[in-house]
Amino acid sequence: MSECSCTSSQSPEFDATALEAILSSGSTVEGALVPILQASQDAYGYLPRPALEMIARSLRLPLAEVYGVATFYAQFHLEPRGKHIVRICHGTACHVRGATEITDVIVGELGVEVGSTSEDLSFTVESVACVGCCGLAPVVLIDGETHGGLSTQAARRIVSKLQREQTQ
Amino acid sequence: MIAPDTSTPRAAYEVRVCAGSACVANGSLQIAQRFEEAIARNGLAGSVRVIKTGCHGLCARGPVVVVGPDGVFYPAVDLDAADRIIVSVLGDREPVEPLLFRESPGADSIARYADVPFNARQQRIVLRNCGVIDPESLDSAFAAGDYVALSTALATMTPEQVIEMVRDSGLRGRGGAGFSTGMKWQLARAAEGDLKYLCCNADEGDPGAFMDRAVLEGDPHAVLEGMALAAYAIGASEGYVYVRAEYPLAVKRLRKAIADAEARGLLGKDIMGSGFSYSVSIREGAGAFVCGEETALIASVEGRRGMPRPRPPFPTTSGLWNRPTCINNVETLANIPWIVANGAEAYAAIGTGNSKGTKVFALTGHVHYTGLVEVPMGLTVREMVHEIGGGSSSERPIKAVQIGGPSGGCLPASLFDTHIDYDALASVGAVVGSGGLVAVDKSTCMVEFARYFLAFTQDESCGKCVPCRIGTKRMLEIVTRITEGHGQPGDIETLERLGNLVRSTSLCALGGTAANPVLTTLKYFREEYEEHISEKKCRAHACGALSTYAVIPEKCKGCGVCKKNCPVNAISSVIKEQYTIDPDTCVKCGICEAKCPFDAIIRV
Repeated sequence: MSECSCTSSQSPEFDATALEAILSSGSTVEGALVPILQASQDAYGYLPRPALEMIARSLRLPLAEVYGVATFYAQFHLEPRGKHIVRICHGTACHVRGATEITDVIVGELGVEVGSTSEDLSFTVESVACVGCCGLAPVVLIDGETHGGLSTQAARRIVSKLQREQTQ
Repeated sequence: MIAPDTSTPRAAYEVRVCAGSACVANGSLQIAQRFEEAIARNGLAGSVRVIKTGCHGLCARGPVVVVGPDGVFYPAVDLDAADRIIVSVLGDREPVEPLLFRESPGADSIARYADVPFNARQQRIVLRNCGVIDPESLDSAFAAGDYVALSTALATMTPEQVIEMVRDSGLRGRGGAGFSTGMKWQLARAAEGDLKYLCCNADEGDPGAFMDRAVLEGDPHAVLEGMALAAYAIGASEGYVYVRAEYPLAVKRLRKAIADAEARGLLGKDIMGSGFSYSVSIREGAGAFVCGEETALIASVEGRRGMPRPRPPFPTTSGLWNRPTCINNVETLANIPWIVANGAEAYAAIGTGNSKGTKVFALTGHVHYTGLVEVPMGLTVREMVHEIGGGSSSERPIKAVQIGGPSGGCLPASLFDTHIDYDALASVGAVVGSGGLVAVDKSTCMVEFARYFLAFTQDESCGKCVPCRIGTKRMLEIVTRITEGHGQPGDIETLERLGNLVRSTSLCALGGTAANPVLTTLKYFREEYEEHISEKKCRAHACGALSTYAVIPEKCKGCGVCKKNCPVNAISSVIKEQYTIDPDTCVKCGICEAKCPFDAIIRV
């Protein structure tokens, strides 16, 4: 029998300072939940369970509702993410200009499947619907920086460069 | 109070560097810095000024630099080119001939941006200031005429007159549904409530569309002025801009624009001393396509899961926190100041029968000139693809266009004389939609293309209603099966039946339009589906499972990466000679194609 964990409160390593500041400044606004989740993710890089619990208590919402909102939106992550975020655009323009092939190359080079993070927390690979740089298709965002007009070879080059930087 | 701040006099000579997202990605900010440094070094900061503008439109040839009062155009500017341009700007100001735009190498140069074929058919109303002004400067917006319409309307027009003007202009919502904007405002005006909201829908989620992004990044004050005019017309005192979190630059510029406008009394309490108050806040979306649907948007702003609800009641009666709420799209709102300044008749004179004014399109795909275009309603698809887009960017002809994103339809080349307006597109099964226009050549498989759109809408389905949640899932399974070579007789008929069912019974427009790409490709490219199913053949060689892989001898360097990675040992080699793939052993996984560092493996 597994132990019930629904009453688990603060995990020992969770530092609530940042979240307390967010909650004290923003919890009185109407419809505050989504902006608070956004600010929390900015502060922690993802949404750890203790954070969701604190937010639920502060807004007087059931934890299930907070969890429901956090899992509805693609932007929120409940697991830690990699140091480098590689986002492959799959907008229509990128799709018809070879985003699938670019994805194969990046997944192959980094050894990380789309939607997951490497075990050493170095890289997260994600696909995004459209970043709105369609004129430059196909596009990949690495840590927020746009790389456009990629060939499979160019994609391989930028990912290898990223790997070298990471291991140095 | 709204006169430009004269402490920084307007410079005599302007160097406009595009700082839209695509050009920034190509390094335009470094180019701008190079210009600024050279100008400062020469002590000419007073007479030559660098303006970092919004999108010029021709993203395919970025970074874009446009110089001087004549608008001399330099495409694809790098740092070396920047140095040569600055010599001209600081010297005789003659265009630098070798750097000018050419349609092809060796062709005659075209000096002025306005004369480039890409721009010849365009008419800029929504994008009137994009690429002209500095979007981060309110003075720059003033100088271009922003907020004049608002000041005139507040001083001389009643809200009813503003509504009447917008109704008579024939403007229809540019977000997709195409509902009359004036009529929507009338409903919101008539609704009873002590507090009303006027919101801007900037949740531009269609993959392949970036019109709203360009407007927000290039002329945020036009959107805010449109919002204030709309709020005045319907009697709203508060509002939100719901903007995609994927657009950080747009959010940043909008935030600054709101702060600047509030500081000068153009938003907030007692606007321009008129007694009318309207305040705007920003809400960043969190990555859910369905939130572009207005009832889902409302749920999201209220802090809930962004799921749509049945209408009526319509938001104009009961929206945000059950108060009357009018939601207009970015492009719709950016039209408003122009209409108020120039009159309903001037706007209604542009366009066709029931489709007035201009429409901004994001032209992308396999055409030469990809980018942002604003054209009068009623141009043909052919004019769009061949005159503005410059035709196919490959040696393969354009075979289809997809208009309107995942809710839209695919039109074959035989229908390229169709006019781009609401009625003409509806008659062939497509929609104007939000304005994505993707041209594809023969390397695109229409079955796989339909699968792509369906996979997107399936993934974004919120799951609330059964037809959308399960219907699109089943459709996706069937289409995927067909692209993988397991299509069965009867699949086409099942897809049509399911598609029509999903269309007619889904709760919101996401489900209601999700089947369109499949239904239109079935209508116009049925033979491609039939080939996939009965002959197990993909004429575009895009479906990996229906292709065979081969090594191009000229490109193969004999490195052996393909052989090492092949899971079934289908690749053999003779020392110092090329590699070959045994088609009988090959399982068509595509790993060799992805791994080859020289792109020497192709599908045939």
